Amino acid sequence: MNSTIRELLSKHGGLPVSVETLADDADLYEAGLSSFASVQLMLALEDEFDVEFPENLLNRKSFQSIAAITAAISSIAPDSQVA
Amino acid sequence: MNKISEIKAMSLVERARRVAAVASKHADDVDAKGRFPQESIDAMKAERLLGIQIPAAFGGESASTAEIAEICSILGQACAAAAMTFSMHQIKASSVVSHGVDASWHQDFMKRIAAEQLLLGSATTEGGIGGNLRNSICAIEVDGDTCRLEKDATVISYGEQADAILVTSRAHADAAGSDQVMTVFLKGQYTLEKTHVWDTLGMRGTCSDGFLFKAEAPAEQILPKPFAEIAAQSMLANSHILWSAVWYGIAADAVNRAQAFVRGAARKQPGTVPPGALRLAEVSSLLQLVKSNVQAALEKFEAAQADEEKLSSMAFAVAMNNVKIASSQTILTIINHCMLICGILGYKNGTPFSLGRHLRDAHSAQLMISNDRILGNTSNMLLVHKQDTSLLG
Repeated sequence: MNSTIRELLSKHGGLPVSVETLADDADLYEAGLSSFASVQLMLALEDEFDVEFPENLLNRKSFQSIAAITAAISSIAPDSQVA
Repeated sequence: MNKISEIKAMSLVERARRVAAVASKHADDVDAKGRFPQESIDAMKAERLLGIQIPAAFGGESASTAEIAEICSILGQACAAAAMTFSMHQIKASSVVSHGVDASWHQDFMKRIAAEQLLLGSATTEGGIGGNLRNSICAIEVDGDTCRLEKDATVISYGEQADAILVTSRAHADAAGSDQVMTVFLKGQYTLEKTHVWDTLGMRGTCSDGFLFKAEAPAEQILPKPFAEIAAQSMLANSHILWSAVWYGIAADAVNRAQAFVRGAARKQPGTVPPGALRLAEVSSLLQLVKSNVQAALEKFEAAQADEEKLSSMAFAVAMNNVKIASSQTILTIINHCMLICGILGYKNGTPFSLGRHLRDAHSAQLMISNDRILGNTSNMLLVHKQDTSLLG
């Protein structure tokens, strides 16, 4: 899951830095994730993992880091393998 | 009882009305000359209104957003420029109150706001970013205990009159555009070189000139939280609610004038319903919509305030955006209707029914944070956010 998230982040995050340089707990907003790009990322994640983020996960915190995104997806798609 | 405690013993509404009486007297002159509503701001200071939001522990009165909104509305009925200045000051105060309570410098600053009735200005707009306040080009430079900042601020409302200015910038030289901080700079710590003159259709008295802003101050004056959080948790809601309260005030005064016009016509011809009466009924319904809109936003904000997660949620951001869009658009319809009711006496300046200033001031509403930008932002969120279809939720 981690590598998929990184791939989607790289494609949709619009980050000025390479995703490879970011640790799992690095702050994505500090890395330059804008609110527009975060929504694009959410859409891509929903599509990829075939989930819908419930309202309580649609906040800044859930997308603050790669680890947070992994946790958010795991909480709604418990069958997904967390790699 | 000393003078300050005597003033504080009066209700906020009472004090606001006394300021409104002053503001109303000078509103036309402020508008005509495009000058700062100094008499009104002096009156706000005399009535101790600039420090009301500061927690009582720091010498303020812990006023709620609802109380402040009511004052914005009262002032908006008298002089929109004075009311807008008051609202912008309170929006800045909310950033310090919500995000500076844990920092000793900001605690002292809050005490000074209350004690000295400091007027807070804001420099969030910058040349080259297209009005997106969540993006900065300039970066703050921290050098030991000192920070330095230079910003091409295309708009700083009452920049020359403010006692302190809160300025956004990137967090450091290598930070991304959206990785921002907000810093308090006190008068004397910055220089302002005027680059743009505020000569506008309406809201002329806010004197929102453009400046090249250069500052140096102790680094501890940087607010300890990322600006992204400040924007989401206090600025967004406070701006949309307090501005909407000012706009409601402008519209309410326009409706008052239209109603006075219709009543006068009815008295002149007893037994007949004046032609404007039907439109007045229509406008009364629209004004109620705006009022309910602001009231509902206040309730929503109050409910979310205790819960950081709710404040940062998409549902909340969408709701606040919607409040701004609806109130800024509806007041234009309302004032236009009032103009139709009052006819040429509404169109002319210097009559008891004049509405030119109201209409021109109201036109700023859809531009200060462009409605198109806000709609774009909401439409982006609606790609993932699902609406709450309940009536009371």
